[in-house]
Amino acid sequence: MADEIVLLSTWPSMFSMRVRVALAEKGLEYEYREEDLWNKSPLLLKMNPVHKKIPVLIHNGKPICESMIIVEYIDEVWNHKSPLLPTDPYQRAEARFWADYVDKKLYDIGKKIIWSTKGEEQETGKKEFIECLKLLERELGDNPYFGGENFGFVDVSLVTFSCWFHTYESYGNFSIETECPKLIAWTKRCLEKESVSSSLADPHKIHDFASGMRKRFGIE
Amino acid sequence: MSKQELLLLDCGVSPFCGRVRIALAEKGVEYESKEENVLGGKSELLLSSNPVYKKVPVLLHNGKPLCESSIIVQYIDEAWPSPPLLPTSPYERAQARFWGDFIEKKLFDGGSKIWKSKGEEIEVAKKEFIETLKQLEGTLGDKDFFGGENFGFVDILLIPLTTWFYAYEKFGDFKVEEECPKFSTWVKRCNQRENVVKALPEPEMVYEVVLMLRKMHGVE
Repeated sequence: MADEIVLLSTWPSMFSMRVRVALAEKGLEYEYREEDLWNKSPLLLKMNPVHKKIPVLIHNGKPICESMIIVEYIDEVWNHKSPLLPTDPYQRAEARFWADYVDKKLYDIGKKIIWSTKGEEQETGKKEFIECLKLLERELGDNPYFGGENFGFVDVSLVTFSCWFHTYESYGNFSIETECPKLIAWTKRCLEKESVSSSLADPHKIHDFASGMRKRFGIE
Repeated sequence: MSKQELLLLDCGVSPFCGRVRIALAEKGVEYESKEENVLGGKSELLLSSNPVYKKVPVLLHNGKPLCESSIIVQYIDEAWPSPPLLPTSPYERAQARFWGDFIEKKLFDGGSKIWKSKGEEIEVAKKEFIETLKQLEGTLGDKDFFGGENFGFVDILLIPLTTWFYAYEKFGDFKVEEECPKFSTWVKRCNQRENVVKALPEPEMVYEVVLMLRKMHGVE
């Protein structure tokens, strides 16, 4: 029986994009469903009653929620190609640690840059954001990917934020390339992969989206 | 095989450290424990082993540090596969990780709001906390443990947090047993296990610590 895979998603979400990258890495076909977060579908509410959030992966009718949990699930089920997590337990723990760091820090700090009016909160957000990226850059070191020689779990967790970089830079008035050149080189390297370039949104469209949302919330 | 060196940077009342103590006991693995003075003065070893968060628990395995309790428990499960703490099927593993993540997001911070708040805020915090427990009750259902017939990953992540419930009950003026009887039954079932009882502090001791924390936070 062929696998039935459905992804409940929204196009600007860096969390949804992670799942798309993982599915593409494994060469999987799936049905993509765009959700309207102002008017959530009965299917979304049924499949993620706890958080009512995207992304949700529905595999043969059964839901999996939380983007990096979904990515790990995809990696375990379709283990025939492109392993995302290493096999060694210590390296796996390190990968989980850094993906968890991205999850704990980047989105919430980035929000301070985009969704607040100019002022102390935004400045603090910008400083913290740059610090996080610099720490990640140090962790990358001289490796081509966070996974070492191969694109992996941590790369998936972080690369989808890169299409939001232009938006962070624009509202925060800073250049990520100036602050973290190695990290930008890494994003370019990742974008050479079909699985990444086909899954990430256009940075200018993201900027337009953010601008629209800011107007909606009366920030702009 | 040469003797493996395991050192846990530990803190008696920390439910996060409790998780690691239980997991190691479940696997029958011997280790050394070093109690950290988390409020007074963290050791050089802790600061150098966990430079990102500077928190306990840290498990040093042959000198290599592992941080973040949920990640450490998964590492222990992979490094010592028997008895398994996570289920075998990828879907059930994803569900276990989901509920582990839910517990992480909601429970400790939610409970902390009860003892940190004053006046009406306490009622709000209490309601949210009970709601969280009811959601966990829902997923437990009629099973003996969150892992099904066997004590497992979600049980290990959750049971140490319950040692803080006595303190929440005192400050929130409620009883978990009255609000969530099925949850209470599960707590009692876990507390019949030797590995759990030996690893966890008495709730009265935790209450004394919370009293001290309240003073530090200026709540009383």
